[in-house]
Amino acid sequence: MKNTIAERVADFIKHFPPFDLLNKNQLLDISKEVKIKYLDKDNTIYSANSNLHDQFYMIYKGAVKLKKVINDKLETIDKFDEGDVFGLRPLFANENYAITAITEEETILYCIPIDIFKPIIEQNKQVNQYLIESFASNTENPFSNEFQKKLVLEDEIRLDFSKELFEMQPVRLIKNVITTKKDTSIKEAAKLMSAHNVGSIIIEEKDCPIGIITDKDLRLHVATGDFSIDDAVSEIMISPVLCYKKNITIAQAQITMMKHKINQIVVTKDGTPNSKILGVFSEHDIIVMKGTNPSVLMKAIKRANSTKELKRIREKITILLEGYIQQNIPLTHINNIIFELNDATIKRVIERCIEKMDQAPPVKFAWMSLGSQGRKEQLLHTDQDNAIIFETVDADHLEEVRSYFLTLAKKVNKRLKNIGFAYCPGEMMAKNPRWCLSLDEWETQFTEWTKETGDDELLLCSIFFDFDITYGDPALTNQLSNHVLEITKNNLIFLSKLGASSLRSPSPLGFFRQFLVEQDGEHKDFFDLKKRAIMPVTDAGRLLALHYQTKNINNTAERFEKLAELMPEDKELFLSCAYASKALLKFRTKHGLINRDNGRFIALAELSKEEKLKLKRCFKAIARVQELIKLKFNLKNFI
Amino acid sequence: MIKWLFKNPEKKSYPDYWIRYEALFNDPKNTEIHNTTFVVLDTETTGFNYASDRMLCIGALKINDNNIDIKDVFEIYIKQEYFNAETVPIHGIIKNEKFKTYTEEEALILFLDYIKDAVLVAHHAFFDITMINEGLKRLDLPPLKNKVLDTMHVYKETRIKSNLIDQKKRYTLDEIAENYDIDVSDRHTAAGDALITAIIFLRSVQHLIKTKHYTLKKLFKL
Repeated sequence: MKNTIAERVADFIKHFPPFDLLNKNQLLDISKEVKIKYLDKDNTIYSANSNLHDQFYMIYKGAVKLKKVINDKLETIDKFDEGDVFGLRPLFANENYAITAITEEETILYCIPIDIFKPIIEQNKQVNQYLIESFASNTENPFSNEFQKKLVLEDEIRLDFSKELFEMQPVRLIKNVITTKKDTSIKEAAKLMSAHNVGSIIIEEKDCPIGIITDKDLRLHVATGDFSIDDAVSEIMISPVLCYKKNITIAQAQITMMKHKINQIVVTKDGTPNSKILGVFSEHDIIVMKGTNPSVLMKAIKRANSTKELKRIREKITILLEGYIQQNIPLTHINNIIFELNDATIKRVIERCIEKMDQAPPVKFAWMSLGSQGRKEQLLHTDQDNAIIFETVDADHLEEVRSYFLTLAKKVNKRLKNIGFAYCPGEMMAKNPRWCLSLDEWETQFTEWTKETGDDELLLCSIFFDFDITYGDPALTNQLSNHVLEITKNNLIFLSKLGASSLRSPSPLGFFRQFLVEQDGEHKDFFDLKKRAIMPVTDAGRLLALHYQTKNINNTAERFEKLAELMPEDKELFLSCAYASKALLKFRTKHGLINRDNGRFIALAELSKEEKLKLKRCFKAIARVQELIKLKFNLKNFI
Repeated sequence: MIKWLFKNPEKKSYPDYWIRYEALFNDPKNTEIHNTTFVVLDTETTGFNYASDRMLCIGALKINDNNIDIKDVFEIYIKQEYFNAETVPIHGIIKNEKFKTYTEEEALILFLDYIKDAVLVAHHAFFDITMINEGLKRLDLPPLKNKVLDTMHVYKETRIKSNLIDQKKRYTLDEIAENYDIDVSDRHTAAGDALITAIIFLRSVQHLIKTKHYTLKKLFKL
């Protein structure tokens, strides 16, 4: 019987080691026996000391982390994603699993039966070798317990080994290797290096590395006049190239680079210059792997050439954020850095997507971030809310232009999702034709919302009026900002409706000043920080900003700071709102990091007494600004 | 009295395979999602006319407790008497292709034996189920007795209820696959579509269990 699905599985696994070493028939035979397993986030695949499964695993989609108890603490010792194999113990050993494997996100696994695969290992030495190596490298840390215990005893200081052991991790290869042929001119090679923003280029022949040129060689041989830029690269290249096998650790790589005074290592299939190039690894990449330093991350984002790379950088950003919150660094500072990094990530994605389009954008456009990203209040991974605005074009070309930007938006939205910005459940994304409009269409749209305002329009205004340009021509967004001010100026009907809706959020505290928790649903008995605290203060900020026509300030805290400046008589109140906005955001971020989610729902039991007091102080500021809004917009009937 | 006369034409004698299939439904069914067998299926047909068009291929797979066993995939191609040249490019199943084909009767016998009393799952399920029932009718058999779930409805239930989203929208397989980032390179092969449908089903049901405490009973009410 024909088996399309087995063919599909074979098609996937053949791209990844060790399956790339097998022939077509072997692949198909294995694929026919595979089981596909679906697992939600945080599910255990197998746990330490449990019986061996009769299968090992390959990740088709998602990510898995391996955990092990080290010094009585469950530490993550390795992480796998798409295409990686794990759970190899049953192939080589009989004792129970030594580590625990847990899904880090929603995951689909291919389960490969041991009895089908064992004969293949026995026949194919290379496959055997590969699997033994990866088994050894990800089950037992080379510097295992023994070594760590000794350190602890010696100086009584508990070190965080999960981070110290960084050097023992295998290097992560850059697979997009920039190469050229030996008869290329030095000039061409230098151009290639500049275009890809890299410090070295490999000279390749039949997929094997025959030489390498670095920035240093250009300085030494070309800038000095010893060679002309029209000479062939083979004149100055360093040959033979120092090559290594896959799975070299960071420590080994560092030592090698120091020893040979090089800053890049080439990895080939068999570790010699006579086999296929698999990837490169440079000093810079070590810093990036370590990288919890904003400027390094920024550089890495700008150089990133794949979505996967950007995703890894985003994970680093989360680590950085975690560190900042732990060290209690002022939120304004954290916010600025994280915003810049997020912003650069989105910019880089858009840049790459434009390059991937068949033609340049037909007219000027801008990518707008909406909602929390637009207000610069997005610290954790939350949903993406975005839209496109393009120059006004005549009716004949409108749909053609729109279809270009929709195609672009589809690419960008998809990649942002892969990086970790989930799709907006309300479909407020640039790929939605409703939110990919020309300047005059946006203006008409906004005017409509403020003229005939119902509940839907109020919700839309609360999202779309907080737009911020992420990429493109600022003249367009600036004009739109002016338009918003124009249509809301003295528009008392609209403003009082917006005011009324800002008072509608449910109260955070009950009659006895106890926290009110959700009554049912997934978050039963949790406190909804977003709905009961963050939204009211954000809504109040937006309303007053529109009323007092403060232009180009989207951040809630900054809005209140500006208001304090404009109206000294209410200075103290506005400053307390600015503080509340920052405190609530920090709260959300902290709890989001603890629970690895968006921080919206908080378990009251997790709060310390001090935190509860702090929250109540924030509520007080919110209640006071809501009083002010009631008076100002004549909303006395709203309780 | 009249009703009784009407309802009871002389009892038909059905072939053994149908009696075997029918008997499976006498036992009470599992009520938990994790111990229920779901058969996710897709049919490729010569067109969209229930009366004149025919099935070209049935692809199906089983989900047991979130697992799909590739060994146990059902993929049967059906010999064609009726032939609609217009739909050939879509499906790539040309009349008398080189692999083994079955008569419609053989295919349906195998299919009944495969699905047993499982819960059937398909995207826009009404179409596929009607196509199969039409085939059964040609064999003088009653329609399928299995419970049926439509991934379109299951997926829709995972979406937020908001006036900003078109609530009447009918999501196509491609749209959902794109939203869930599922590879669609096997679109328009019955088994390939069944796999895409299965992944959509797994993800949507998981979402509903997590966010709305869905049970099997609740799924049937969708």
